[in-house]
Amino acid sequence: MSTAAAHLGPGEQQAPSGDTSQKRGWTGYLLMLPGALWLLVFFVIPTVTLVSTSLYDPSGSILTGYQMTFHWQNYVDAVQGYGPQLWRSFGYAGTATVACVLLGFPLAYAIAFKSGRWKNLMLVLVIAPFFTSFLVRTLSWQLLLGDNGVTVDVLRWLHVLAPDGHLLATPFAVVTGLTYNFLPFMVLPLYASLEKIDHRLIEAGGDLYAGPFTTFRTVTLPLAMPGLVAGTLLTFIPAAGDYINAELLGTPNTRMIGNEIQDLFSGGSYPVAAALSVTLMVTIVSLVFVYVRRSGARDLV
Amino acid sequence: MTMAMAHGRRWLGDRLVLGYALLVLLYMILPVLVVILMSFNDPASRQSYSFDGFTWNNWSDICGPYQLCSSVEESLKIGLLATLVATALGSLMAFAMVRHHFRGRSVANIFIFLPMASPEIVLGSSVLALFVSAGFAGVLGFWTIFLAHVMFCLSFVVVTVKARLSGLDPRLEQAAMDLYANEWQTFWRVTLPLVFPGILAAALLSFSLSFDDFIITNLNSGQTVTFPMFVWGAAQRAIPPQINVIGTIMFVLALSLVVLGELGRRRQSGR
Amino acid sequence: MTGSDLVLTSLTKRFSGFTAVDDLDLTIAEGSFFALLGPSGCGKTTTLRMVAGLEEPTEGTVTLGGEDITRLRPYRRPVNTVFQSYALFPHLTTFENVAFGLRRRGLKQVKSQVEEMLELVELGQYARRKPAQLSGGQQQRVALARALINRPQVLLLDEPLGALDLKLRRQMQIELKRIQTEVGVTFVHVTHDQEEAMTMADTIAVMNGGVIEQMGAPLDLYEHPASTFVSNFLGQSNLAAGTVLERDGDRLLLDVHGSRLVAPVGRARVHQGDVWVGVRPEKVFLGAVGEEDHDDSNLLRGGVVTDVSFVGVSTQYLVRMSWGQELMVFEQNTGARTSFRPGDEVDLHWLPGHTFVLDASQDAAAGVETVDEA
Repeated sequence: MSTAAAHLGPGEQQAPSGDTSQKRGWTGYLLMLPGALWLLVFFVIPTVTLVSTSLYDPSGSILTGYQMTFHWQNYVDAVQGYGPQLWRSFGYAGTATVACVLLGFPLAYAIAFKSGRWKNLMLVLVIAPFFTSFLVRTLSWQLLLGDNGVTVDVLRWLHVLAPDGHLLATPFAVVTGLTYNFLPFMVLPLYASLEKIDHRLIEAGGDLYAGPFTTFRTVTLPLAMPGLVAGTLLTFIPAAGDYINAELLGTPNTRMIGNEIQDLFSGGSYPVAAALSVTLMVTIVSLVFVYVRRSGARDLV
Repeated sequence: MTMAMAHGRRWLGDRLVLGYALLVLLYMILPVLVVILMSFNDPASRQSYSFDGFTWNNWSDICGPYQLCSSVEESLKIGLLATLVATALGSLMAFAMVRHHFRGRSVANIFIFLPMASPEIVLGSSVLALFVSAGFAGVLGFWTIFLAHVMFCLSFVVVTVKARLSGLDPRLEQAAMDLYANEWQTFWRVTLPLVFPGILAAALLSFSLSFDDFIITNLNSGQTVTFPMFVWGAAQRAIPPQINVIGTIMFVLALSLVVLGELGRRRQSGR
Repeated sequence: MTGSDLVLTSLTKRFSGFTAVDDLDLTIAEGSFFALLGPSGCGKTTTLRMVAGLEEPTEGTVTLGGEDITRLRPYRRPVNTVFQSYALFPHLTTFENVAFGLRRRGLKQVKSQVEEMLELVELGQYARRKPAQLSGGQQQRVALARALINRPQVLLLDEPLGALDLKLRRQMQIELKRIQTEVGVTFVHVTHDQEEAMTMADTIAVMNGGVIEQMGAPLDLYEHPASTFVSNFLGQSNLAAGTVLERDGDRLLLDVHGSRLVAPVGRARVHQGDVWVGVRPEKVFLGAVGEEDHDDSNLLRGGVVTDVSFVGVSTQYLVRMSWGQELMVFEQNTGARTSFRPGDEVDLHWLPGHTFVLDASQDAAAGVETVDEA
């Protein structure tokens, strides 16, 4: 068996047995240009615009035009006025994320290790919910959790719910919707990570006297970390900004920050809405930064 | 413990995990089944939340509800156009990032990753802020939706195609050139066929993201109504059962695509 | 320089901070089976890739049949490569893989040529299969067919047999040699396996650290190594420290740890001062102490057998000498006598004509394969 790859001298990494260094010249820039321009105009600049909008004088409007007055007060107003919704959003998103981990990890584990020839079928079933519209799916939760639905009947019968208790229009319903909608985002990265684990490593754990739980804790879990981190991020971030579930499955008491931002924008209060949006963005970025740092997972891109 | 006991424990553990997993899968499929079921529902009233009766009417009269079919048409048009542009631009970027040299690579990485990591409400509101500042507040509609959709689909296309392209052995292209294929022929006959599954996957992903998008679309739509927006509006008023018909059709179409794709893949690798 | 000789002149390839190929001068005769032999990292693959056009030289030229092809793109060179990993196109059938080069050159009617070539490599009935459905040995033959069918002036082979198991490798070595003789194309074969090189090649160039240490016919290189590296890399050698006492006509008189040895001047690279005195293990005989009179032989007394390995064809001994060095002796198991045992006291003797003398400034361990490299 060739030892060429196993025994490279210093610097030999660049004298490859087949790999070429990247092509020089202008082609790279040319290829990047259209897409980069698009992102520049419709992502980078809008982000800047959003921040500057958040500093407009709130007394303006579309008709009268906006004045840039560096009105930092917008931020104070935003946080003071909508603090509860902010906390609630992170709370719901966090709960949904945890629920996704509890539901999704065993599923991903089962698909990666225990599914045998049903693997592809199970993966299809995980993605299948994507095939119907997000909104249509959420609507069917209205049905499932509705007062006329089987679920409520069964729970009342089991005395888990009070005879006049309901599931719909509660925080529980909102979190359930969030969990449901983002579960595939948790399962797929987890599955990808778990799948890559060499089964012999787990066998080695057993060979070295670790019982199944210990092996899981010390071998499987650390190796699945990249998938876990990716999954939690892909779940938490969109969930925090969601408002569809809150609107369709909740009440005015369960409004999330997304609801407020949406309403403020449709109402024309752009500066405050923008301030709220930026606040949300900054909070999420900071949380993500701390989280990724602590879990030691880099290179997610 | 004895061999039999250990074996039994392992068997039980396996079954437990599998059982739990199947329950979760059931939980995931349940709403879809509800959608399919409700597509045959004959609602007793406008605000009905239960299955009242079976009917084929919803299927025969899909376009009955006002704006339903036009909204689906809008979503399809935007979806196809956005997919085309996003897949093209994103694939070019993926090629640049994997195969070509340019400065500012890490910056590019960040800016491609960020849209994927931002909540839709933030993405949508920043694009709206741009349109408003530029004075386009009055012409929000098809084109503003299209511009926004391409933006957030780009990142997904880049990541998907990049993944496929990185896995492509560069020696295959060297072999092609060694066998008298010039740069264009090498690309056309070797690189492209081998990357194509990735580009196709990116296009499908892009289309489904665009078709299904609500939050960003809602903020930038003006008077235009896409299918998700129609559903949203219906949820406030009355939910025509035809919504579930559309949902079912989408499900069946996508499922068939996946099955066909899998069959095609199996045939190609000769199994 | 005749017809389509391949000539490398001052060929150099530098990567940042590292020179892979250093000022190489090489002429490969048309129609020969040439082997570029050396350990991993010696620059042989890089040299090959420069000939193929897949790597651009930092300096120097590549000339084929008098024409300078140094700056030509790979698809313009009448040179084809059999890659180490075969690099078969996974999305094309065997037939299409083999036909690839012909089609790119514009030929429309490829069927008969492809079928003929598939017959040559004995893969006729696999034409419709995809590479993933073929075994390693079959893939290797497709790679060969795909390259040969274009009738290149030079065929480059980059360790093509590396991934095959031993039996199959031996088979393919004979096959390749047969095909080369039949087709008459110049083969340039890159390998780190010295047995493979010696079996197949007409000429071998031994490369180390970007330079060619020695070039010649296998027998030549084996019997007349020019450096410690070559003596250790091709086969095995015993190298003992010695000094030249005097030159007596066409003989050199040497002192090796107190023993008087003789070597022909023609087999000595250095004629004075400190030297390495070398002899191949299979040229050495063991005799029990004081057994026979070995007048004409080089004689080293006072050895003790420390290890005996029975390898079927031969028995390999390690003998510790009085100065601590262990020398290797390979004796063919002719059955003429029983083998020695560890602890036996022995004398070593061999014909002076088998001695070679090398420069003492070279590393005696150069080219020795260690456990890490295996």
